[in-house]
Amino acid sequence: MTWKGKPTMANINYDEKIPNNVDLSTNKTLQRALEHWQPRFLDWWKELGPAVFQNNDVYLRTATSVDQAGWATFGMVKMPEYRWGIFLADQKQDRTIGFGDNIGQPAWQVVPGEHRSTLRRLIVTQGDTEPASVEQQRALGNSAPSLYDLRNLFQINVEEGRHLWAMVYLLHAYFGRDGREEAEGLLERHSGDVDKPRILSTFNEPINDWLSFYMFAYFTDRDGKFQLKALAESGFDPLARTCQFMLTEEAHHMFVGDTGIGRVVRRTVEVMNELKTDDPVKVRAGGAIDLPTIQRYMNFWFSSALDLFGSEVSSNAASYFAAGLKGRPDESLYEDHVANGDFSLDMPDGKGGVKTESVSMRNAMNEVLRQAYIRDCENGVKRWNKIIEKGGINFELRLPSSRFRRTVGAWAGIPTDPSGQPIAPEMFAAGIRQWIPTPEDQAFVASVMQPVMEPGKIAGWIAPPDRGINNLPVDYEYVRV
Amino acid sequence: MITFDREPGSYKHWRLTFDGPVATLALDVNEDAGIDEGYKLKLNSYDLGVDIELRDALDRIRFEHPEVGAVVIASGKERMFCAGANIYMLGKATHATKVNFCKFTNETRNGLEDSSEHSGLKFLAAVNGTAAGGGYELALACDEIVLVDDRSSTVSFPEVPLLAVLPGTGGLTRLVDKRRVRRDLADVFCTTAEGLGGKKAKEWGLVDEVVPPRSFPQKVQERAQALAAKTDRPRDAKGIALTPLKRTIDEKGIHYEHVDLDVDAEARTITITVTAPAGDEAIAIDAMVERGAQWWPLAMARELDDAILHLRTNVREAGIWIVKTRGDIEAMLRMDRALEKHAGHWFVRETIGFIRRTFARLDVSSRSIYAVIAAGSCFAGTLFELALAADRSYMLVAEEGPAIALSAMNFGPYKMVNGRTRLETRFGRGADDLRQSVEKKLDANEALDAGLITFAPDELDWDDELRLAIEERASLSPDALTGMEASLRFGGDETIATKIFGRLSAWQNWIFIRPNAVGEQGALKLFGSGTKPKFGWERV
Repeated sequence: MTWKGKPTMANINYDEKIPNNVDLSTNKTLQRALEHWQPRFLDWWKELGPAVFQNNDVYLRTATSVDQAGWATFGMVKMPEYRWGIFLADQKQDRTIGFGDNIGQPAWQVVPGEHRSTLRRLIVTQGDTEPASVEQQRALGNSAPSLYDLRNLFQINVEEGRHLWAMVYLLHAYFGRDGREEAEGLLERHSGDVDKPRILSTFNEPINDWLSFYMFAYFTDRDGKFQLKALAESGFDPLARTCQFMLTEEAHHMFVGDTGIGRVVRRTVEVMNELKTDDPVKVRAGGAIDLPTIQRYMNFWFSSALDLFGSEVSSNAASYFAAGLKGRPDESLYEDHVANGDFSLDMPDGKGGVKTESVSMRNAMNEVLRQAYIRDCENGVKRWNKIIEKGGINFELRLPSSRFRRTVGAWAGIPTDPSGQPIAPEMFAAGIRQWIPTPEDQAFVASVMQPVMEPGKIAGWIAPPDRGINNLPVDYEYVRV
Repeated sequence: MITFDREPGSYKHWRLTFDGPVATLALDVNEDAGIDEGYKLKLNSYDLGVDIELRDALDRIRFEHPEVGAVVIASGKERMFCAGANIYMLGKATHATKVNFCKFTNETRNGLEDSSEHSGLKFLAAVNGTAAGGGYELALACDEIVLVDDRSSTVSFPEVPLLAVLPGTGGLTRLVDKRRVRRDLADVFCTTAEGLGGKKAKEWGLVDEVVPPRSFPQKVQERAQALAAKTDRPRDAKGIALTPLKRTIDEKGIHYEHVDLDVDAEARTITITVTAPAGDEAIAIDAMVERGAQWWPLAMARELDDAILHLRTNVREAGIWIVKTRGDIEAMLRMDRALEKHAGHWFVRETIGFIRRTFARLDVSSRSIYAVIAAGSCFAGTLFELALAADRSYMLVAEEGPAIALSAMNFGPYKMVNGRTRLETRFGRGADDLRQSVEKKLDANEALDAGLITFAPDELDWDDELRLAIEERASLSPDALTGMEASLRFGGDETIATKIFGRLSAWQNWIFIRPNAVGEQGALKLFGSGTKPKFGWERV
């Protein structure tokens, strides 16, 4: 495809229509690109965004500036009229590249030609996940456990939409014709479409129940958080600043996942205590989701998310780091920013066991990210276990090993149990029914997903939230249905 | 800095004499006058300096002596024609110097054949003594070879047996492709250091005739006269003096009248800007001849040729040539009509030949070439060949933006060394359908649709697209780019010239970096030292 453009200078008040801090009203390159792209984005949103409630008022947060007052402006808005904006964190004066071979050199304010295609690929891969998750979640509005949760879903959806805008902004502003073509591609690929699938396979699975949604928000979105943190260190300053601001919004998505799973656990513990049972069959009969099922959902989503970090040993990751394109999360906390040292990895020994292998630190950057991610994941698990413990139940949720059920990297296709112990394939085939959700589990979970659309009411399989949004009461009508 | 302009009065190595329709170019190398230090040019061996004079002499014959129909390439030394490229010079030269030297000498020898094919100028090698290596290769580039039969003189390719390199200046290719020497006989010949002389040389097809010393001068004269008789060059025309180029060199680059070089050392780019003819440049034949070397087509081509040679030899790190043009498309098309109309006139024919050979240098230059077609540019007809020679082209889309145009000159006169026009090579097929666009001004979108340019960014994208494209290119490996570009530029069938520039040169350049040739115990390094080279026996 070749871009044959003609500059058009329609007289539109861009700042009003598209909140931004990138001087959109004077940037003709960006205006021209957005004029073409924005109508397509809206078409995409209407076609593949939330399947229901598109024309209802939703109590949403909109970013209108990056400062304390502006980044969270609340109000009732119909989703297609949401003001998707473009925001970058404030520029740091004289910022230098903080790691890799170009350390200490001025951060790039424009794309260096040498790294054009690599940066474009990084941005497109990140950008592709944003609309993908909206597509995956489009049916969830039919079965929300409360208006509060429905609103949170839509908040995440519009913000994923805004994150798409953020990536598209970079493509439009810095990558010329190629960038515009890639921005179109982000709307042309669709989650689950056999001919035009989303780039990362996890993002092609529909999310049709709310337990999966919370798991996705907790585990899969958290991968996004770590990718954003790594890109927020980038020597390409506009990318770094874009990702820094996206992280403020991403925090809410983590919150929805964290509290969502916590509320499911709390409700389950309540039912177990009411019925005085730890029998999953009885718990289910009581309308709650039994803890072993929650554990199986965790096993599934956590292990899927681990694959998103890529191979343990990666030459791509090494070259991203070397060039200064993608760092480590919180790079400033490390002492050595050149990372020429070694990293010790647990690898399969090819004989059904484990061996320790030393690889260069740069090649292990994916694993560095993955391990930071795993540590972060543990925090929520601790909180959920506290709820169980407080309820006097003897049960502990556990993250499976990072070797478990992997399809990418050194452990791909190597059968292990959830603790990471290599086992025979037939043992794995027998065990997997206990380790990840079975069709029966899924059917049960789906059966309890009955929509609750009255303000203040909540479905029976989940506890109400501790507090409402923006100091409003829990029973506020967050979505006018 | 090495410059390429010479004039016969100051030749150190050649004597150029004229006798009616026959010119004699006698090689008489001054062994103490090498272009570099540290070697003596013994046995009529040559270096770049010798070849720069040869190139100049050939152009003098082409333009200043239209009465000449045949050129005898001879030797000014007794019983020694030419011992080829100087081994000590090669032994101490850097890899880049060797490669560049071979490219230039190849182009000069191709130029002999180009003039023979297109300009009615025939060449006779009068091999009065030993012709070894590059000496015999020079003879092979001629139309006929006469070898003296004194029971000791031979033609030979000692490269493989003595030096562990190749007869890389077209030698191997011309043996089998031009002279049709049987491959098994060629195999024997190329591994026999002392070579072959006498009857056997003739029987094997290595030479056309062997003549005893006494009758040698007369035989050469007869053959030369016979060749000259076939020419269609005019007996009575007055030549065109190749006056010195007007050239200034400063820290920004090199500036000629129609060609300007702007060096950006940091970005590693050279911007080459070629200016189109003025609207009142001569288009009537008498006026063209009157203008002589100042006539735009010849003046532009000589300047561009000099610029290319200068850049290749002296500016090696600026790996991207950004080609621009400026001027009036109408004036360029008007000139092209005149070139086409008078293509049969000897002066116009020689000028077109000069332009053809100059553009052909672009095709084999180991530099990335981007054509930038912006406001005020003049990529039309003859000058559109520059865009076609480029690896890619960028053309601005804008209201009142630039246009390009084809002319009849894009459909034949400037054939590449693969025997096809750049349009045919570009599309991998005949390009006759494009004749309907001749002299039509095409804007960027039309040019894009016709496949004549690569990218058409608009004003908003223009600066960034170009910056990114150039920066990206500048970050890639120069070696990989050279190999890639050379491979992509010559689609289609092979010719002797493409085999020489592709196959033979590539093998030679590989051997030039292998230890068996250039290692401490390599044959090229040890030649003449009395120490036997030590080879690694692994076949690669």
